[in-house]
Amino acid sequence: MSHLSAEELSLKAKEVIVQYIDKCDTLKQKERTTIPAQEMPTQDPFIRRTNLNEVAIGFSEEQARIEAMRCLQCIKKNCVDDCPVGIDIPGFINKIAHGDFESAAQIIKQTTLLPAICGRVCPQETQCQLHCAVGKALKDVDKSVAIGRLERFIADWERKKGKRILPEMKPPTGKRVAVVGSGPAGLVVAADCKREGHHVTIFEAFHKLGGVLRYGIPEFRLPNEIIDKEIETLNEMGVEIITNFVVGRTRKLMDLIEKDKYDAVFVGTGAGLPVFMGIEGENLVGVFSANEYLTRANLMHAFEKDKADTPMFSSKKVAVLGGGNVAMDSARMAKRFGAEEVFVLYRRTENEMPARKEEVQHAKEEGVEFHFLENAKRIVGDDHGCVKGIECLRYELGEPDESGRRRPHEIKNSEFIVEVDTVIVAIGNGSNPLISQTTPQIKVNKRGNVLVDETQKTSMDRVFAGGDIVLGAATVILAMGEGRKAAASINLMLAKETESETKKKMYIVSDM
Amino acid sequence: MNKIIYKEQLSKDVFLMRINAPRIAEERRPGQFIILQTDEDYGERIPLTIADADTDEESITIIFQVVGKTTTALSMMLMGDYLPVLVGPLGKPTHIKNFGRVICVAGGIGVAPMFPIAQALKDAGNHVSIIIGARTKELLILEKKIKKIADEFIVCTDDGSYGRKALVTEPLKELCQSTQKTDMVIAIGPPIMMKFCSLTTKPYNVFTQVSLNTIMVDGTGMCGGCRVSVNNEVKFVCVDGPEFNGHQVDFDNMIARLNAYKSIEQQKQKCFVEKTFKQKEELV
Ligand SMILES: Cc1cc2nc3c(=O)[nH]c(=O)nc-3n(C[C@H](O)[C@H](O)[C@H](O)COP(=O)(O)OP(=O)(O)OC[C@H]3O[C@@H](n4cnc5c(N)ncnc54)[C@H](O)[C@@H]3O)c2cc1C
Ligand code: SF4
Ligand code: FES
Repeated sequence: MSHLSAEELSLKAKEVIVQYIDKCDTLKQKERTTIPAQEMPTQDPFIRRTNLNEVAIGFSEEQARIEAMRCLQCIKKNCVDDCPVGIDIPGFINKIAHGDFESAAQIIKQTTLLPAICGRVCPQETQCQLHCAVGKALKDVDKSVAIGRLERFIADWERKKGKRILPEMKPPTGKRVAVVGSGPAGLVVAADCKREGHHVTIFEAFHKLGGVLRYGIPEFRLPNEIIDKEIETLNEMGVEIITNFVVGRTRKLMDLIEKDKYDAVFVGTGAGLPVFMGIEGENLVGVFSANEYLTRANLMHAFEKDKADTPMFSSKKVAVLGGGNVAMDSARMAKRFGAEEVFVLYRRTENEMPARKEEVQHAKEEGVEFHFLENAKRIVGDDHGCVKGIECLRYELGEPDESGRRRPHEIKNSEFIVEVDTVIVAIGNGSNPLISQTTPQIKVNKRGNVLVDETQKTSMDRVFAGGDIVLGAATVILAMGEGRKAAASINLMLAKETESETKKKMYIVSDM
Repeated sequence: MNKIIYKEQLSKDVFLMRINAPRIAEERRPGQFIILQTDEDYGERIPLTIADADTDEESITIIFQVVGKTTTALSMMLMGDYLPVLVGPLGKPTHIKNFGRVICVAGGIGVAPMFPIAQALKDAGNHVSIIIGARTKELLILEKKIKKIADEFIVCTDDGSYGRKALVTEPLKELCQSTQKTDMVIAIGPPIMMKFCSLTTKPYNVFTQVSLNTIMVDGTGMCGGCRVSVNNEVKFVCVDGPEFNGHQVDFDNMIARLNAYKSIEQQKQKCFVEKTFKQKEELV
């Protein structure tokens, strides 16, 4: 497929839209399904391999309106049912179709706080777009209404307009909420609790905010500028932000409550602790966890070789282990750092890969190769303790397992060695160990995930948790959803306390 | 932002700094470290052991040797300057109790992190023998200070310019052989020294604890860049350590990993030093 530039796609859309613009409300369902699905404009694959700029450029206004007109405005809204935060999808899409972007933005904001981020990184093809009526009618989930791209369009439109309306905030309550970790879960809790009038402090271990959004997901998929904007908003709302502060070490979690008088604590420390495969050679020079590789590249700016002090390992041939977004990000990053050959080793097939489809597509366009039904058995080192190759094993798919995915079986004696100098391990993350190590009051499961009840409350008094530290490595939207729920529980708890405190006061006054 | 409130050059390439850091000063225990950056956006994160702390002055002391770009930049910072990034205390504190007779072996700059540990062991009632060593006399630091807490004290230099002409492993071996039973050895210094100290004590079956200073990025268990092989298991120095049983550490692997970026680092340091000198010349 030849690459069409953003300008070409925009021109084409300008021609197409005239056919439909006047029939926006009267189009028959059948007609709507014949409207051409809009292609996401992207940077040319040959150029983008050498830069960190965002790959997906975003719809033009005409493209967005055409795409929006494809929506059937279903009565039974499958898309909304599959959205973890229940955005009124047909509602905002209808506004886009009519060119009323302002109203569309308002509808989205009723339910989600970070649409510019979700529109870019949510796995829409397994959520809202999975059961979309249009995709069903055309028997192809890829032909569903591009809900995520439309969400992003609106968020970008609003940001570019430059006007930012701070959410309404209630008068100060005098209650104090500590938020530990500034990933999507923590950011949502901070905003929701601040709106309720509480004093909120975010404690972040790193020197920059955003969690995985900042150090994990690369600039070419989620520009830092977007995270910065969200954090600016929190700043303007008056959220206190303390960086370089590791809760558990710089201060015990207990001390936040007892000494620093926080009335509630939210733990959103994410899924640190990269998982390794436990195979021979994993500690050789040239083997990295995806977290380390991506943190060097993103947070520490190693891509700007002349400016950054943090070095990046220089690689020629790279093997990436895993099939999720993290693996795609690592492989594409390695390409951008100049690796000649990058291949992804995945022991199932493309259909089972958990990565977003768009990322797999983009990786392929950028020259990343895929070795399906293969897995690493051993990493081979040279005399200096450096990686010189990887021994792989072939697999075949057997019966489906509990998750419904067909279970891969290794094929005996199918070993073969491929020469590589770098191996990036992207097979998942365990839970961040610091809080559980230093706060025995918080109960965790075998895997170290914090246990919570249906209100996100932990086993420790006044302490709530959510996001990857509870779910294990999950998604941005699920982390945000849990943050929302936790914030609601915290706000409820604090409101009750305020109420009983006022009652007491009244009692004392009337007693006199 | 943390202010540098005192700076002193201890030897040719070794500097001591006291930095204002009230929270870290209050929380830190012997054996823990900090991570710092000299530039918020483009700096590298390096771990340094906390050599001392003063809760009245609300300061911590770090002692570092100039080896790369970041330590060079740090050594050029002045009293009154601010460090943009300082986080800690990180790592598990040293387990302190009355073990009985303990030998502390510190090589080169390792005397700095050894000081608070030896002090705490002494306070806990241990008999503390201290061996310190360096390549040559000029590189010895904190001799007077650490000598004060030692029940038995030995200094050696590789070239014999001061104290005994020996590697630290020689007196260590003698002490292990002596009739007095040794209950524990703690070795802190260059990886190669810790490796050989561990090899020295192995035949005597004396528990030997080493403190590892690997490459680190986050320091919270997120990246795995600090991992080492201990008893054939993967351990993360920043959250599982920094102290491990020296008899179980794969030092050769650790040393190879420490050198992963050597050539790039040397290049960066060279560029930085040249650039700084050029700027200074232009000023003159
Ligand atoms: C490379 C990569 C790509 C991904 N791509 C996608 C994607 O495309 N779509 C998607 O939906 N999801 C994706 N994910 C998953 C998603 O990013 C996470 O599910 C989400 O960020 C979890 O949010 P969180 O708030 O729970 O924690 P995190 O984002 O992990 O944030 C936790 C924060 O807490 C801080 N912290 C930890 N311990 C402490 C402490 N003791 N004291 C103070 N601070 C602390 C950390 O430094 C961090 O900033 C990806 C993940 C990675 C790693
Ligand atoms: S399911 Fe698809 S067509 Fe129906 S309302 Fe949702 S987005 Fe529109
Ligand atoms: S420094 Fe990153 S895990 Fe230890």
